[in-house]
Parts: sequence; structure tokens; C-alpha cells
Amino acid sequence: MSALREHLVVAPVVLPLATGALMLLFEERRYALKGAISLASTLLLIAAAAALVPVVDAPATAVYRIGDWPAPFAIVLLADRLSVLLVLLASVLGFAALLFSLARWHRAAPRFHALLQILLMGVNGAFLTGDLFNLFVFFEVLLAASYGLALHGAGAARVRTSLHYIIVNLTASLIFLIGVSLLYGVTGTLNMADLAVRLAAVPEADRGLVEAGAAILGIAFLVKAAMWPLGFWLPGVYGAASAPAAALFAILTKVGVYAVLRVWLLLFGGDEPAAAFGEWLLYGGCVTLLFGSVGMLASQDLQRIAAYSLVVSAGTLLASVGVAEAAVTAAALYYLVASTLGVGAFFLLSELVERARNPAADMLALTAEAFGIEEEVQPEEEVGVAIPATIALLGFVFACSALVIAGLPPLPGFIAKFTLFAGLLAPTPIPNAAWLLIALITLSGIAAVVSLGRAGVRAFWMVPEGAVPRVRLIEFSAVGLLVLACLALTVAAGPVMRYVQDAAAALHDPRGYVGEVLSVSP
Amino acid sequence: MNELIVALAIGVLTGCGTWLLLRPRTFQVVIGLSLLSYAVNLFIFVMGRLRSGATPIVPVGSGTDPAAYADPLPQALVLTAIVISFAMTALLLVVLLAARGLTGTDHVDGREPNE
Repeated sequence: MSALREHLVVAPVVLPLATGALMLLFEERRYALKGAISLASTLLLIAAAAALVPVVDAPATAVYRIGDWPAPFAIVLLADRLSVLLVLLASVLGFAALLFSLARWHRAAPRFHALLQILLMGVNGAFLTGDLFNLFVFFEVLLAASYGLALHGAGAARVRTSLHYIIVNLTASLIFLIGVSLLYGVTGTLNMADLAVRLAAVPEADRGLVEAGAAILGIAFLVKAAMWPLGFWLPGVYGAASAPAAALFAILTKVGVYAVLRVWLLLFGGDEPAAAFGEWLLYGGCVTLLFGSVGMLASQDLQRIAAYSLVVSAGTLLASVGVAEAAVTAAALYYLVASTLGVGAFFLLSELVERARNPAADMLALTAEAFGIEEEVQPEEEVGVAIPATIALLGFVFACSALVIAGLPPLPGFIAKFTLFAGLLAPTPIPNAAWLLIALITLSGIAAVVSLGRAGVRAFWMVPEGAVPRVRLIEFSAVGLLVLACLALTVAAGPVMRYVQDAAAALHDPRGYVGEVLSVSP
Repeated sequence: MNELIVALAIGVLTGCGTWLLLRPRTFQVVIGLSLLSYAVNLFIFVMGRLRSGATPIVPVGSGTDPAAYADPLPQALVLTAIVISFAMTALLLVVLLAARGLTGTDHVDGREPNE
């Protein structure tokens, strides 16, 4: 039993990898089988992540040495409160997206399940790894899978935006490599904990190189986190992607935010250049917030609104991370979980609602034809609950996710923003930047209310008579699951907040992390 | 002298790559990305310091003076980076062809600028 526990840390990486590989062995038409295996594996993944929570919710972090090599010489995986929280979030989101896709989307193009599992593997690996180059590799894994998912369902719009997405991210990866190798060239190590130790001892003459390397690395992370002006690729790609893929992508910008948070605080916590970078994050995040809010107001299409709300949440996160106060970081982590769930639900929902408005333009049927998937399983009895109850239920769920995104009570968006403000107003005297951030977050909330309210009115009160979307139960339960998770986050706000506060405290005092990694010897 | 030559080579590759990357035609962008990835690969390699006549593999039973050997880690890293950028370029080529087929133009925005 204890051996199993020891290897639990690596499970979130190995499990999706094995499932993804297994998916390739089955014939493309065996949807039911693949769907069932994929679903079971993702459920197991959630269970593994949940089982990790009590392990890491203790003073100790769980360090897993791959191949049992001693720490600075080989790659370590490292589960602490933050990474396990994010792994759990990613697997819940992955499960919901998968459930949603089982209704129809997973048939739109080949290899959907394999790509989804590999994406989960890359995301989990990026959250768990303790090695800078390994972080790059997991970034590439998740990006490669996300290219496939962005293209899922084909169509001119998707191919065009994916082209931009791939080019921007390839360039960002190259920048990432330059940053990593500069840091390696100066310090001679890639292990993040070891780097933190050695950076303190870097001679004055090499200081400039280290700072340049870290800044270049920061640019690469911020491209993934979609900070203005590096994030123009996001609305196009996420607005055009198929609904389950877009919902999954809600976690991808968070991987960038996580990388910034982890690497910056670990390597440079409290230094002079670190403070300068914090200011960049703060003001860059503020501009991102503003950009996202304007984008939300200007968008008509529901999915585009969701994409811009993701930009808003990235901006809020980056700005509050840039404040570099443990209390603010804790609130930001809570906000991260809430907004990811809310936006994920909104992405799924947007497709269901759009279905009512132009039922003729059933993209899926078109693409299925284009791919020659004239499946025999066609007599798909439309189990859709084609009664106004569908509209009522959809409306309720829409309102819930809108409340989360806009940050209104009683859902977790409000709790997150409230604690964020409390953390910002805690220091005396209150810095001007805190007022700016509070004003911008409030403004973005108003913009979200206006934009989502308008979209909701158009979607639910102005539908032509009889145009009720055919929603299958499985699709609705996927959206419902995410909304339920949001509700659970509200009810359990106390314990969750305590958990993220501990996580943030550990982030701002990385000595424990460094000690854990370097002290374990085989 | 060696270092100057390598640095210049990396600089020229990066410059050409960046210029091509900013061009409007997809094929130019692909070539630009390839040049950039060559430059980055060389850069990673050089981060283990330029040494001539030093092997990265320490034979069993021989001296244990690390100064006599080249740093093997950047060589391993560069191998990973080459494989990844190679695969991604292949993927990008496929998407490029699909975009060309679907939009009828090789402009990165999918339409000619003066349309």
C-alpha cells in the first residue's frame, strides 16, 4: 500500500499517457469503447489527484525521483499544494470536456481521445515537474496535443486561427529554450530547487546574463499566459475551436500563469530584479484586464465572449500575482480555480445555446461528411429533451456561469474577488497600484455583466418560436458538473481558502521546497 | 576566435529567421521558424562551452577530472530540442497546406491584404 502511495505522484502523468497510447490501437470507428476507456481513465485521474490532496496538505511536499536518481542530477516530480490543486482542476475540466464530447464531438475527426489524454498528460506534467527543461518538454507535449484539438472539426476558420496559434507558440517555445539554456550556461543546473540555491552564489559579472535569461523565460511564459501584447492569438483560436476543446483550453493559460508563479517566486523571490518583474506583471496584467473587458463588450458571438473572459481572468491573475503578497496570491489561486471552472462551463454552454439559433448550420454534420465518416450508428435517436424545460435549464446554468465570470454573489467568483480586495487593502498605506487594480477588476466585472447580460437576453428571450436547442442529457450533465463544482467551491470556501493560503505561503517562502528536493537521498 | 565565428553564425541565423518570420507568406514563415530553431539549437549547444577535442563520454576506469571532458547535458538537450522542433515543423507544414487549400491563398491571414 505504501509503495502505491509513493508512486501516486507520477500517476497523473503516466495514466493519461498510457490511455492515450492505448487509444491509438483501436480502430477509429469504435467510439463507444474508446469513449468508455477514456472516461474511466479520466475518472481514475480525478481519484488519483484527489488522493494526492491529503498527502501534500501537510508540511511535507511529495518528491518523486524518476528512476530513483538523486535530486539535482536527474528529473524530479514534485507535488505540493499548488500543483496538486491544479492537477485536480485540470482533471475535472478534462472529465467534463470529455463527457460533453461523447454526445457528438468526438466523432467529428479522428484521434480525439488520444489527443485529449495527451493534453491532460502535458498539463499535469507541467504542474508536477521540478525541472526547468522537463517543463519545456511538457509544454511541448501539451501544445502539440492542443494543436490537434484546435484543429478538431476542421473548417476554414479553425485552420486559419490554428496556423496563427502554432506559429506563435513555436516561436514562444524557441524563446523558452533560449532562456533555459542561458540559465544553464551560467549556473550549470536545470533542477529548479538547485537553481534557486546556485543563483544566490552567481558572481556579480554573470548577474546580467542570469537576469536576461530569466526575462527571456518570462516572455515565453507570458505568451502562454496571454498577457497583453503577447496574447492577441488567444481570442481567435479559442473563439473558433470546437466547444470541448475550447473548454479544455481554459486551463492552458493557467499553465503559463503557474509557470510564472513557480519559477519567479522560487528563483528570484525577494530580489531586486524580482520586484521589477513584479511591477511588469502588475501593470501588464492591468492592461490585459482592460483589453479583455473591451473585447468582451465588443463581441457578439458567445464563444468569443468566453474567449475574452479568459483574457480577463488571465489579466486578473497576472496582476494579482505581480503584487507579490501571500494573501493576494492565495485569493488569486482561488480565483484561478473558480474562473477556470466558470469559463469552461461557459464554453460548453455557448455551443448548446448557439445550436438553437442556427440549427441549420450544423457544422458537425458537414464535417462528418467531409471526413467520410458515414457511420452506421447514424440512427442517433435524438434523445434531446426538446421541451422548453431545456431552455429553462440552460438559462439557469448560463446565469450560474455568468455569475462566476462576472464575480457576483453568491458564487465563488465573488468570494475570490472579495478576498482579493481584502488582501490588496491589507497593507498600510495602501499602494496606488492596489487602487488601480481594484478599480480595473470592478470595471471588468461591470463589463462582464453588461456583455453577458446582453448575450443572455439575445440567447434566451429572443429565440424564435419553436427553436429549442436539442440538448442531450450527457451534454447537459457535463455543463452541470462544472457548475456543481463551482457551487461546491462556494460551500467549501472555508477549507479551500485555508488550503490555497497554505499553498501561497509555501510559494512565497520557497526554502521548504528547496530543502525537500535537495535533501532526499536514495 | 572560434567563439566569435559561432556567435556570428547564430546571430545571422537568428536575424534571417526573425525577418522571415515576420513576412506575410506562410512558406517564408516556415523557413524563418526553421532558421530560428537552428540558431536556438546551436545556442543551446554552445551553452556547454565551446571545446574542441573533448569527448562528452567518460570511459570506465579513466580519469575523473571533469575539466577534460565536454559537458554532455547540452548535447542531450539539443537532441530533444531538435526532435521537437522537427516534429512541430512537420505539423506546421500540414496545417499550412490545409490552410492553402481551404482559403485559396498562402497569406498567413487567409486572404490577400487588398481584398
